Amino acid sequence: MAADFNWAIGGEAGDGIDSTGKIFAQALSRAGRHVFTSKDFASRIRGGYTAYKVRTSVDKVQSVVDRLDVLIALTPRTIEENLDELHDGSVIIYDGERTTMQDVEIPGEMVGLDVPLKRLAEEAGGAIMRNVVALGAACEVTNFPIENLDSALEKRFKDKGQQLVDNNMEAARAGQSYVEEEYDHAFDYDLDTTDEDYVLLNGDQAIGMGAIAAGCRFYAGYPITPATDVMTYLKGRIEQFGGHVIQAEDELSAINMALGAARGGARSMTATSGPGIDLMTETFGLIATSETPLVICNVMRSGPSTGMPTKQEQGDLNHMLYGGHGEIPRFVLAPTTIAECFWKTVEAFNLAEKYQIPVYLTADLSMAVTEQTFTPDTFDMDEVEIDRGFVVDEADIDGHLSESGGFQPHEITEDGISPRAFPGTSGGAHMSTGLEHDEQGRRTEDTDMRVEQVDKRNRKVETAKEREDWSPREFGDPEADNLVITWGSNEGALAEALEFLDDEGIDLRVLSVPYIFPRPDLSDAVEAAENVVVVECNETGQFADIVEHDVLERVDRVNKYTGVRFNADELAAEIEATLAEGAEA
Amino acid sequence: MSSEIRFTDFKSDKQPTWCPGCGDFGTMNGMMKALAETGNDPDNTFVVAGIGCSGKIGTYMHSYALHGVHGRALPVGTGVKIARPDIEVMVAGGDGDGYSIGAGHFVHAVRRNVDMTYVVMDNRIYGLTKGQASPTSREDFETATTPEGPKQPPVNPHALALASGATFIAQSFSSDALRHQEIVQEAVEHDGFGFVNVYSPCVTFNDVDTYDYFRDSLVDLKEEDHDPTDREAAKDVILDQNKEYQGVVYKDEDSVPYHEQHGVDEDMSIIPDGAPEGATDLVREFY
Ligand SMILES: Cc1ncc(C[n+]2csc(CCOP(=O)(O)OP(=O)(O)O)c2C)c(N)n1
Ligand code: SF4
Ligand SMILES: [Mg+2]
Repeated sequence: MAADFNWAIGGEAGDGIDSTGKIFAQALSRAGRHVFTSKDFASRIRGGYTAYKVRTSVDKVQSVVDRLDVLIALTPRTIEENLDELHDGSVIIYDGERTTMQDVEIPGEMVGLDVPLKRLAEEAGGAIMRNVVALGAACEVTNFPIENLDSALEKRFKDKGQQLVDNNMEAARAGQSYVEEEYDHAFDYDLDTTDEDYVLLNGDQAIGMGAIAAGCRFYAGYPITPATDVMTYLKGRIEQFGGHVIQAEDELSAINMALGAARGGARSMTATSGPGIDLMTETFGLIATSETPLVICNVMRSGPSTGMPTKQEQGDLNHMLYGGHGEIPRFVLAPTTIAECFWKTVEAFNLAEKYQIPVYLTADLSMAVTEQTFTPDTFDMDEVEIDRGFVVDEADIDGHLSESGGFQPHEITEDGISPRAFPGTSGGAHMSTGLEHDEQGRRTEDTDMRVEQVDKRNRKVETAKEREDWSPREFGDPEADNLVITWGSNEGALAEALEFLDDEGIDLRVLSVPYIFPRPDLSDAVEAAENVVVVECNETGQFADIVEHDVLERVDRVNKYTGVRFNADELAAEIEATLAEGAEA
Repeated sequence: MSSEIRFTDFKSDKQPTWCPGCGDFGTMNGMMKALAETGNDPDNTFVVAGIGCSGKIGTYMHSYALHGVHGRALPVGTGVKIARPDIEVMVAGGDGDGYSIGAGHFVHAVRRNVDMTYVVMDNRIYGLTKGQASPTSREDFETATTPEGPKQPPVNPHALALASGATFIAQSFSSDALRHQEIVQEAVEHDGFGFVNVYSPCVTFNDVDTYDYFRDSLVDLKEEDHDPTDREAAKDVILDQNKEYQGVVYKDEDSVPYHEQHGVDEDMSIIPDGAPEGATDLVREFY
């Protein structure tokens, strides 16, 4: 793998950190470099600090590491916060004319570049562009052709007029020339460009785009971090495809609106996070027992209660699997990469309609707010397939009527799947209810019918297990004695940890599981391995428990619940330590 | 087609299990007649029912229907109507369903002005759970859970609606069959959220708000010289605590329903069998 480069900008909320970081990430992507960004990381000190990190390489990057090569520090605290990651030769760009930065000391062998960001920005047309001056300086330090930054600035500002674009380009050049003229220093960094074209997007956007691709027409939601971006993405876009986004008064309403639209025959979805999932659980049983296809996206964050709303966690697995009173099957899908957020969303809609079942589509915070580069054909729209399942129209409704002539939306069938008729279909009028019901959807407490309906709903799952592919994604050495299993967004860090461990002479077989229910049978893999480690971002090891339950064998666990995702290097060390412990025991 | 439709087509083959004499019989009959009279048939009608004695209406009527979770009928109706502007949507539930557990949704459904009809079967009691105070119960109405009465003023649903920007507010009495049907029909025809609070007496658990009480106390706004397009006049009627009335109390003739406001008019159940045309542009945006 080619050398990776790690960059960050940090300051206070309101310093324009996110938008500056995004511009730099975009410039790198447009220069044909791979990019992986992150905004979720530990802060040692209380509140107020914000940063945007970019990892880039000409090869694929899919996680973060504990290293920072160039840092734009708008506050002294930014340096303090990143001391562990800075190293000899790291470059720190700062504005020594800023009152708070006057006494800043650059630690050890690091290189401090004092650039009058604000003054140069003012000369170019306005102090607000000081971060762009810093980006220009960063281009000089990294030998990165500034034209790529121009292109990103143009994308960012072109709606606001050419003048603003020009001013920003000038500001960037002012930063670049300042460093060139004032610092006669050879820096260690060279950001090569390539001819590749990449797109840069985060998990929430991938889910939103997947929903539109899948024909989702109705989205109801209530704002909550980190799921709001799904709604923001859809708003303004889904309308162009005949769809609609509605902001509900709460999640109780959002899920019921989505349910209504689904009963109307639309592909329908809602997205939320933990606290919203709690409220939506009220309606979950109704959706499932009325056999309504619905995609419920849960972008997990750190719980319980309000927990750490902007921090990473994979703590809702049990809730999604078992939440709600009574017993009712549901599907749970957990995309493992940003690209998979797109494809699993498409799949979620197909599964929901084919099996007339609610599907939890779960991402987590670190995937939702992270941007990553992909080749555009990763999202090849021609590959999108739509399967609406067993929908009957007027022509064939006669075959699905009861003896008394009523349509049977819960017809007892061999595969458990019953016909569906959308409102407006002649002869299809029927009742859907949360009460136990007969084949026509009419309330019943008949003991035989009760059992038949429960069995029929469960049979859908058995059918799905047979008909669909629930395989995990596999990496590493298929023959290795050490098996690591994970789910959700840890895949990227694990894929890179593999390389670190390979350097140490440790072979791993990795199974990254995107299907929580139904899920692949991991028995053979576990049996074949000498050591099994399950990696996840929670304290109790919810997926590890499931694996143990399935394979009737103990597994080792690597858990993280600090609120910060696994870094690749950290994860490699944790796995190594866990394997070593296992060997001693 | 509509000419062939009779209101009995909206009856399901399930016999209602309401107590003999329950107001809900009359309320439902009027709703079915109003639907038939406005040219609807069971296959293009969607009824959303709440939970309660009143909520059983979904079972006794024949149409596309959802009998949902206690208090959430309005959001469901909202979703159906936005996804299917071509379908007639009628939401029905009790006073507890609509003004207690679902009160939050009521206010926002009113504000949204989605083109559907909302019938609240108001018996001023929780019928299904066997007689506890409801949000419209009188201050001194004694029940097992409120032996000395709720000691708090009843909710004024019309005031709540008016304050939330309602475009159609009406009240009817289940036993005045003709007027009830007329009023519901006007709500169905209204371009926007047609809200009707129906006095639908519970003969088993409420011995105060009885047929006799309503027969004696109700005045018909139609017979008074009330102008429903006059918001001020409506306010006066609605805030008069000593007045029981039936009729349309407020109607905004310039009502702009949700779908016009937001430009949603497509049948969302129809989608292509692959990604929609133009979807690749979404990918290009991320360059
Ligand atoms: C979440 C929830 N809480 C409580 C109940 C029990 N419950 C059923 S109906 C009802 C009140 C019904 O009152 P109302 O809406 O006025 O309907 P009515 O029976 O009077 O027609 C209650 C509390 C329930 N079904 N769901
Ligand atoms: S309990 Fe009251 S509301 Fe319920 S069916 Fe009987 S009379 Fe009607
Ligand atoms: Mg009631």
